[in-house]
Amino acid sequence: MGTRTVLQHSDITRALTRIAHEILEANHGASDLVLLGIPTRGAVLAERLDRILADIEPEWADIEPERTSEPAATGADAGRSHRVGTLDVTMHRDDLGHGIGRAPHRTTIPASGIDGKVVVLVDDVLYSGRTVRAALDALQGIGRPRAVRLAVLVDRGHRELPIRADHVGKNLPTASDERVTLRLTETDGTDEVVIEQGDGGAA
Amino acid sequence: MKHLLSTADLSRAEAIHILDVAEEMAEVNTREVRKLPALRGKTVVNLFFEDSTRTRISFEAAAKRLSADVLNFAAKGSSVSKGESLKDTVQTLGAMGIDGIVMRHGASGAPRVLADADWIDVPVVNAGDGTHEHPTQALLDAFTMRRRLHGAGSRGQALDGVRVLIVGDVLHSRVARSNAWLLQTLGASVTFAAPPTLLPVASTPFGATVHHDLDVALAEDPDVVMTLRIQQERMNDAFFPNPREYTRHWGLTASRFARLDERTLIMHPGPMNRGLEIAGVAADDPRSTVVEQVENGVSVRMAVLYLALTGSEATAATKETVA
Repeated sequence: MGTRTVLQHSDITRALTRIAHEILEANHGASDLVLLGIPTRGAVLAERLDRILADIEPEWADIEPERTSEPAATGADAGRSHRVGTLDVTMHRDDLGHGIGRAPHRTTIPASGIDGKVVVLVDDVLYSGRTVRAALDALQGIGRPRAVRLAVLVDRGHRELPIRADHVGKNLPTASDERVTLRLTETDGTDEVVIEQGDGGAA
Repeated sequence: MKHLLSTADLSRAEAIHILDVAEEMAEVNTREVRKLPALRGKTVVNLFFEDSTRTRISFEAAAKRLSADVLNFAAKGSSVSKGESLKDTVQTLGAMGIDGIVMRHGASGAPRVLADADWIDVPVVNAGDGTHEHPTQALLDAFTMRRRLHGAGSRGQALDGVRVLIVGDVLHSRVARSNAWLLQTLGASVTFAAPPTLLPVASTPFGATVHHDLDVALAEDPDVVMTLRIQQERMNDAFFPNPREYTRHWGLTASRFARLDERTLIMHPGPMNRGLEIAGVAADDPRSTVVEQVENGVSVRMAVLYLALTGSEATAATKETVA
């Protein structure tokens, strides 16, 4: 049973740093940018991008925090960036009711909202494109961004919908019976991208 | 979770999971577009053999916010009043193509009969059966307590150590029973305060301790005081001499309310009899959660319908496939 590690911690960090630069370049600066990560790994990646952007772009943290109307911002919510949020797509998936059963995750939108903003969706692995379609659907219920872009750490091909990423960390040509798994320190204790053969039932 | 029939069926993890999903639903209810496409194309029947306004509307709102189609069936004026059996009624509805049933029935256990029978194979949600159970009410009460106690950090939390006092007609109350089971599953301790005539004959009914004096029970400084509705339709049955005497001994009067701690929550499942079991000043105080309970009811019922109709066995920790 073959398991290949294709990206390690340093590769992931380099890819994210480059994506951060690309996002700023494409947007001509940091104005109106909002990062929305798709849980769970995409949300972690969005937070990492947020930290990198804060380091490389002085303008990134410059927006006045609009949190006066926020009631009881305590614990994990306090000090949350006004630039980064999470967007859960579970309820918008096209495979609900096929017996899989999915637990929804948290959606947190920055207090300033997404209307008129440039939203960068952040996900871990781009595959069929169905998650991104669901994310675009979910955004409609929340507001009307000026533009939506897509940043992914890995593009493994095999698209089933007309969707492409604007910023890609690494293109990984794969066979469709292979599994691409991203592990991150925050959720899995280690940073790596591995490709597993699908037939062995590897988890 | 296929059916939701009783809070006694729920494990601690399942109960917390439902409440956590309800948190996500509550977040949706604060958005400008309060609608999710999760149950699009599904049909939910509100099968109500007993009068209900708030529970039915709450379920209807919940189903509609998940984009389900809702059929309302009220036994009054239907073929049931012509003598049709539950089996035939349900099979008729089944032939029209439905995906879920929300059921209220005057007979205790009726939803269980429907769930166990092979008349129709769809999820059944109990919206109150006789004097037995009202699980979504208990879930929304637990949800309301959890939100008040833990605020924004309530996801994943239980109610360990919370002391809940339930006052009133425990004997006929499905809310009391469902709450007693659920709250104890979540780690809370439950005390009933009621006259002996309005309590089941048991030393610790549903695992709760009992007081026959409300003032003694209140002196124990509970975290939550939940007053139950005195059901006017049972007034003739001589469970207590008259309404005024009930209020004097068992009502949450203004003077009793004034003695409560600043943090004590006041809950009532509604509809309230102001001046009978609860004083207006208590019902309208910021410590009262009566309006929140109604609001949270929609979120909790959205979570229950979502989990039941999408066949979700998943827990929050389920490993996702990348798709």
